[in-house]
Amino acid sequence: MSAYAERLRLGLSDSLVLAGRNLSHVRQIPEKLIDVTVQPLMFVILFAYVFGGAIAVPGGNYHEYLMAGIFIQTLTFGVMGPAMSMANDLGEGVLDRFRSLPMARSAFLSGHVIAEFLAAMLGLAVMTVAGLVVGWRIHTDVAHAAAGFGLLLLVAFTMLWIGMLLGTVARSADAVTGIVFIVIFPLTFVANAFVPAGTLPSVLQTVANWNPISSLVAALRTLFGNPTAIPANAPWPLQHPVASALMWCAAILAVVVPLAIAAYRKRTEA
Amino acid sequence: MTSTQDAGVVVEGLGRRFDELWALRDVDFAVPQGSVLGLLGHNGAGKTTAVKILTTLLHPTEGRAAVASHDVVTDAALVRRSIGLAGQQATVDGLLTARANLQMVGRLYHLPRKVARARADELLERLSLTDAADRLVKTFSGGMRRRLDLAASLVAAPPVLFLDEPTTGLDPRSRIDLWALLEELVRDGATVLLTTQYLEEADRLADNIVVLDGGRVAAQGSPAQLKTRIGGERLEVTVGAPDELLPAAAALGHFASDQPVVDGDGARVVAPVRAGVALADVVRALDAAGVATTDLHRREPTLDDVFLAITEPTTTAPEEIAA
Repeated sequence: MSAYAERLRLGLSDSLVLAGRNLSHVRQIPEKLIDVTVQPLMFVILFAYVFGGAIAVPGGNYHEYLMAGIFIQTLTFGVMGPAMSMANDLGEGVLDRFRSLPMARSAFLSGHVIAEFLAAMLGLAVMTVAGLVVGWRIHTDVAHAAAGFGLLLLVAFTMLWIGMLLGTVARSADAVTGIVFIVIFPLTFVANAFVPAGTLPSVLQTVANWNPISSLVAALRTLFGNPTAIPANAPWPLQHPVASALMWCAAILAVVVPLAIAAYRKRTEA
Repeated sequence: MTSTQDAGVVVEGLGRRFDELWALRDVDFAVPQGSVLGLLGHNGAGKTTAVKILTTLLHPTEGRAAVASHDVVTDAALVRRSIGLAGQQATVDGLLTARANLQMVGRLYHLPRKVARARADELLERLSLTDAADRLVKTFSGGMRRRLDLAASLVAAPPVLFLDEPTTGLDPRSRIDLWALLEELVRDGATVLLTTQYLEEADRLADNIVVLDGGRVAAQGSPAQLKTRIGGERLEVTVGAPDELLPAAAALGHFASDQPVVDGDGARVVAPVRAGVALADVVRALDAAGVATTDLHRREPTLDDVFLAITEPTTTAPEEIAA
């Protein structure tokens, strides 16, 4: 085996060991999974049965309309998990231990990414089941449905990296919580996630129409064949939701991944 | 070819600057293979900075250092394979069990899974942590964490060990256990660099001592050499009023192996005591000199005494107090 292949093998092994470490944390503190399990269930019940009766969706059933919004909102809150665990780890002496070991330096990052991605997949499974229970259905063919789930995984991956960057630059885990709530609540609510954007006042409507969250939600509704309630005069991103959703994810990843890696290098430089 | 000296630790002209402040400057020392170096100094003396540089966590601003014949900057990856570190902040994961921590560290040293498991069990046993092996580390006492941290540094049986204040915060019993363990490791051939604030600890464990002060080497040598410079046991006298300091110092002079030192703040006079001096004689002499002694005791020399002895200009001689 060449030296390069050997390094790759060891790097992968290191990443899996560290991913295993993060997953053990979840086993010790199952509350860590609340944001991807209990919280989406709560939102499903809240919107489907509390607000849902008062929200009318042109051309469709609210429960079918709602689920894409829940999916994307939950994945967006997925920035929290990686941000918290990175911020915690970077403030601890255990990082010095890792840095003094003969392991691949990148394994610390990839270990987090692998573990958090698995947590996000668990959240997707919970939401899918919850959606089916409240009457949400996929109305498209297998290819579109697969593309829909593929998009969900891409969004989960994108949010995860935003969280990695946030956790690396934040001064503490507490700072992370503050930032996440201030940014994510308005971002997911001033969008088409839970109500058709047409019902919003005009300024907020413009914001909602150009909000990347709206593109992601609309793309998901399109791929799953759920009502989209997109008005005919909506701007380009909402007229082409799948293309704009992919562009948003690609653009965010292109910016955030290098920044997160650079920030991690800076935090751990000798 | 590698000389035995090179297989330990060699430090030449080492310096590290943080912004405008030199945490370490012009430091030279060597730890021959199989020996123990005690890096002695107060908080902020540069001990941790030195350990961080030698364990590849920090780059030096100037100078060079080699560990196990590998340069710490250019061959950092090779250095990491040869070292174990027990840091000052206990560097173990609080959300894992003790066993899981050690197994994880073993896997990150690239030991096969089975070997990592066996090694973890062996070290838990050796550090008397078997009963707590499956408890989360966050529930551990400070002393248990320290022991686990030390176990983590031993997982790969590295030839060079760095222990940053390994006994700080330990109760006396755990400290003695840990000393015994370190002596055992050294018998097995480990090269050890340990930092400490306690002269007694460095004296007991180290073959050589480097005293750091303000990032620079204030003194170095074997414990015997250092003791020759600083003398042995101290006689410490506390007096009731400042004007009694001078007569007290004069009276103590008869029993001292070196000039008594006056500590005006504490109203104390300290002198290295000659062998065979009886405290009763000292009390009588003080009484005869008209000193109202509030406290008198013998004690082992401390790091402060080392500094007093080696940094002569800051020592206040009794004559100067009178002026």
